[in-house]
Amino acid sequence: MSHFPILSLMLLVPLIGAVISLLSGRDTARKVALLATLVDLALGVVLWLQYDIGGAQWQFQEHAALFAGFEWKLGIDGIALLLIALTVFLMPICIGASWNSIEKRAGEYYAAFLLMETLMIGVFTAQDLFLFYIMFEAGLIPMYLIIGIWGGAERIYASYKFFLYTLLGSVLMLIAMFWMVNEAGTTDIPTLMQYDFPAHAQTWLFLAFFASFAVKMPMWPVHTWLPDAHVQAPTAGSVILAGVLLKMGGYGFIRFSLPMFPIASAYFAPMVWTLSIAAVVITSLIALVQTDMKKLIAYSSVAHMAIVTVGLFAFNRQGLEGSVVVMLSHGIVSGALFLAVGVIYDRLHTREIVRYGGLAINMPYYALFFLLFTMASIGLPGTSGFVGEFLSLMGIYKNSTWIALISTTGIILGAAYMLYLYRRVVFGEQKNADAAAMLDLDAREWLMMVPLAASVLWMGIYPESFMAPMRKDIGVLEARVAIARPKGDADVKFGGKTPAVGVATLGSAQLKGAK
Amino acid sequence: MDFIHSLVAVSAEELISTAVLVLLLVAAWGGDKASRAISIAAFAVLVGAAALALPVLCTGQSGAATLAFGGHVKLDAFAAFAKLLIYVGAGVALVIAPAYFDRFKAMRAEFPLLVLLAALGMGIMVSANDLLTLYIGLELNSLAAYVLAAFLRADGRSAEAGLKYFVLGSLASGILLYGISLTYGFTGTTSFDGIRVALGSGALSIGATFGLVFVMAGLAFKISAAPFHMWTPDVYEGAPAPVTAFFATAPKVAALALLMRVTLDAFGGQPGAWQQIVIMAALLSIVIGALGAIGQDNIKRLLAYSSINNVGFMLIGLAAGTVAGAQAMLVYLVIYVVSSVAAFVVVLELRDEAGNPVESIAALGGLSRTRPGLAAVLAIVMFSLAGIPPLFGFWAKFVVFQAAVQAHLVVLAAIGIAASVIGAFYYLKVVKVLYFDDATDTVRGTPDTANTVLLFGSAVFLSPLGYLLTLDLGRFAGKAASALLHFA
Repeated sequence: MSHFPILSLMLLVPLIGAVISLLSGRDTARKVALLATLVDLALGVVLWLQYDIGGAQWQFQEHAALFAGFEWKLGIDGIALLLIALTVFLMPICIGASWNSIEKRAGEYYAAFLLMETLMIGVFTAQDLFLFYIMFEAGLIPMYLIIGIWGGAERIYASYKFFLYTLLGSVLMLIAMFWMVNEAGTTDIPTLMQYDFPAHAQTWLFLAFFASFAVKMPMWPVHTWLPDAHVQAPTAGSVILAGVLLKMGGYGFIRFSLPMFPIASAYFAPMVWTLSIAAVVITSLIALVQTDMKKLIAYSSVAHMAIVTVGLFAFNRQGLEGSVVVMLSHGIVSGALFLAVGVIYDRLHTREIVRYGGLAINMPYYALFFLLFTMASIGLPGTSGFVGEFLSLMGIYKNSTWIALISTTGIILGAAYMLYLYRRVVFGEQKNADAAAMLDLDAREWLMMVPLAASVLWMGIYPESFMAPMRKDIGVLEARVAIARPKGDADVKFGGKTPAVGVATLGSAQLKGAK
Repeated sequence: MDFIHSLVAVSAEELISTAVLVLLLVAAWGGDKASRAISIAAFAVLVGAAALALPVLCTGQSGAATLAFGGHVKLDAFAAFAKLLIYVGAGVALVIAPAYFDRFKAMRAEFPLLVLLAALGMGIMVSANDLLTLYIGLELNSLAAYVLAAFLRADGRSAEAGLKYFVLGSLASGILLYGISLTYGFTGTTSFDGIRVALGSGALSIGATFGLVFVMAGLAFKISAAPFHMWTPDVYEGAPAPVTAFFATAPKVAALALLMRVTLDAFGGQPGAWQQIVIMAALLSIVIGALGAIGQDNIKRLLAYSSINNVGFMLIGLAAGTVAGAQAMLVYLVIYVVSSVAAFVVVLELRDEAGNPVESIAALGGLSRTRPGLAAVLAIVMFSLAGIPPLFGFWAKFVVFQAAVQAHLVVLAAIGIAASVIGAFYYLKVVKVLYFDDATDTVRGTPDTANTVLLFGSAVFLSPLGYLLTLDLGRFAGKAASALLHFA
C-alpha cells in the first residue's frame, strides 16, 4: 500500500477544475470539466485496483491535524470505495449530458458540478466527524445553484424546498455531533463506530441523525422535496441527485446510525420498517399516475430507497449487503433513466409522457437502452436491480415475513409503472409528428449509454466484483449490530442441513423459485 | 506611581481624546474642505490606538495588574480584544464614508470626529470595571451615535432615524441607570469586583435581582436583542449607509463586550439569575430576527433583522457562561463584524445611474450578470451568515453551539439551531434574487476602489480560506476570554 495521498488528490482535482471552469468560457469550461472528471475516474480505477480486498478495514488513510478540533482525516473502507467509484463513474457522464444542453453561464455550471464531485467524494472519505459534516452540508450551495439557475419553470420553489428541507434535517445532526464528541472525547469516526453511547442518549442521537439522513435518503413522508427538485433540475443535476446525493443518506445510516447507535437502531427499527413499507406502496402508486417522466422516476427513486432502508434495518448480512448493492444499482439505473429522459427532452423540450409515443420506430437504439434500464429498475434477473433487491428482501424476510411481503409489492408495482411508462413512450403509434421525427442516439449519447448499460449488466451477471470489497466491512457492521437483530419469524439458514421449521421451508422454497 | 501606571494603561484612550480635540480645532479652521484630511488623520489615530492596545492582547494580561484609576477601568486582554474590533469597525466607517457623503455633497469635518468620539466611548465601555465608568462610556458613545444617525441633515429619513434612536436610546439609558442605582443600593458598591463579592453565590435579594434585570434590559437595548430590538430596523434603514455599517459593527461589539463583562464578571457569582434572561433573549432574538426579516424588501432593514438574529446566536455563547462560551462569542463577533462590513459595503455599492442608493431587494434582480463580483460577494456573505459550511460563518455558529452543548445547554442549542433554518430562508431569498431572477439593470455606476478592496478582503476572510485563521483567532479570543473570567 502506497502512502501517496490519492484521496486528497481525488478531492483536489475537481476543485482545481472548478476554479478553472469558473473563470473560463463555455467551451473551455466543459473541456476542463470533462478532463477533471476523467482524471478522477482514472484515479478511482487506480484506487479500486490498489484497494486490498480483505485487508485492513480502513485503507488509504491520511491524517493531518488542522486546527481546534478539526482534523484532515481521510480513509475508506469497502463500502466507501464502492460509493466513490459510483461517484467518479457518473460524473463524466453528467458532464457529457450537459455538453450541448447548457448554454447560459456554463462556466459557473461546470464549476458547481465539479465542486459537487469534490464534496461527494469528501463525504465518503471523511473520517473526522466534523469534516464529514462540512462536506455533507456544503453540497447544499452548489446544488441549490444548479437547480435554481439552470432548472425548469418551477425551479425557485424546488430549490428552496431542497435547501431548507435538507438543512433542517442536518442542523440537528450537528448538535448531536457536539454531544457525541463531548461524551466520547474524539472526532474520529472509526473510534466512534466502536464507542458504546449510553442507551438513553442513543435514542436522541439516533433521532437527530435520522432527521438528517431520512431527509437525504429520502424517506416517506419527508420525500416531497425530491420530485420537485428532480423535475426542475437539469438532466445532469437529476443524475447526480439520484445517483449519488441520495446515497449519502444510506451511507449515513451505514456509517453512523447503525454502528454508533445499535440499541436505538433496534428500538426504532419498527418505525423505519413502517415508514419504508409505506413509502414502497404509496410512492409506487403515485408513480403510476404521473404524467411527467422525471417525476415518475423520482417517485420510483423513493420506493427504491425504501428497499434500502428495509434492508439496512434487517441487521443481517443479506440485508446490509443488499442495501449497498441497491444503492449502487439505483445510482446507475436511475442515473441512466434520467439520462434517457434527458435524451428525448433535449430533442422535444417536454417531459410530458403523452407528447411521445412509438419511439421504437424512429429511435430503435434508444428504445433498446431504455428497455434495458427499465428492466434493471424493475429488478429483472441478470440486471443490477435484481441482485440488490433480492438480497435486501431476503434479509428482511429473515426478520419479518410481513414486512418482506409488503416490500415485495414494490417490485410488482415497480414493474407496473415502469412498463406502463415504457409502453406509452416507446411503443404504440407515432401519435406526434415531432416525436416521430426525432433522430436516434448520436455518438455522444452512445458514449454515455454504453458504460451505463455495461455496468448494469456486469453488476447483474457477476455481482461478486462489487460484493467482494465490502464483504469484510459488512461483516464488521453485522457483528456490531448483532445485539440489535430481532428474533425473526423466518430465520433462513444457509448451508444448514434442513431448514428449522415449516415457515422457513416455505421461505427457502420461494427463494429457489425466485432464482 | 499608581497614577503613571494608570496613564500608561489608558494610552489608547488618551491618544484618541487628544486627537479629537486637536482635529476639532483643525476642523474649526479648515472647515469642510479639510474633512478628507481629517478622515485620514482620524484613521491614523485609530491605527495608533490599535497598536497601543495590541500588546496587552498578545501578552494576555489579566487580573489586578490591569486595573487603573483605582479599579475604575480594567485594561485586560479582553478589553484589548474588543477595542481592536471596535477600531476596525470605526476605521471601516471612516474609509467608506467620504465617497458616500460626497455624492450628497454632505461630507462634513464632524463625521470623522464623531466616529472617533464614539470609538473612544466604546473603548471606555469595554474597559469598564465600575458601573459609573460603564455609564460614562455608554453615554459618550450614544451621544455621538445619535448625531451620526441624523448626519444627512437634508434627508428626512436620516433625521427621523436620529430622533428615534435618541428617544429610545435615552429611555434605555434611563432603564440602565435605574438598574445601576438599584444595584448600588443593594450591594453598596459600583465596582464590578465589589458587586461580585457583595452578592456572593447565595440567594439573590429581590432588590439586587431588580437591579440586574434593569441593567440587562438597558444593555439588551444597546445590542438590539429581542424584545428590545424595535428601534433597529428603523434606525438602520434611515441612517446613512456608512453610519449603518458603523452601527452594525463597533457599537454591537462594545455593548456585547460590556454585557459579557457585567454578567460574567460583576454578576459572575449569580449565573442562575441572568442565564435565563440571556437564554430567553437569545431564542427570541433568533426567532424574531429570522421571522422579521422574511417580509422585508429593503436590504438595510433585512440586514437589521439579520443583526438581531446574529446577536441571538452570540447570546447562546454567553448563556453557556464558560470560558469556551465567551471565547466562542468573541470568535463569532469577529466573523460577524467582517460579514457586516462586507454586507454594508455591498449596500454602498448599490447605486443607480444618478448615484442614488438602491435599497430595494427586488432591484438587485440578476445582479450576478451585471455586477458578477459584487453579487458573488453578497452571496458569500449571505451563505456565510446562514452558517452553511464551508464558508467561515459556519465556524462562528460551530464554536457557539459547541460551547453551549459543552455547558449542557443541549435543548437551547437544538432550538437555536433549528430556528437558524428560518434565518437561512431569507438569506437564500437574497441569493435567489441575485442569481435566479431576471436582470433589472438598476444598479449602475463604477465601484469605489476603497470599497472594492474591502469587499475583496472580507470575501476572502469569509471564504473557506478564513479557516486558516481559526488557530490565531481562537488563541486570541481564548486569551481574552480567560482574562475576562480570570477569577473563575
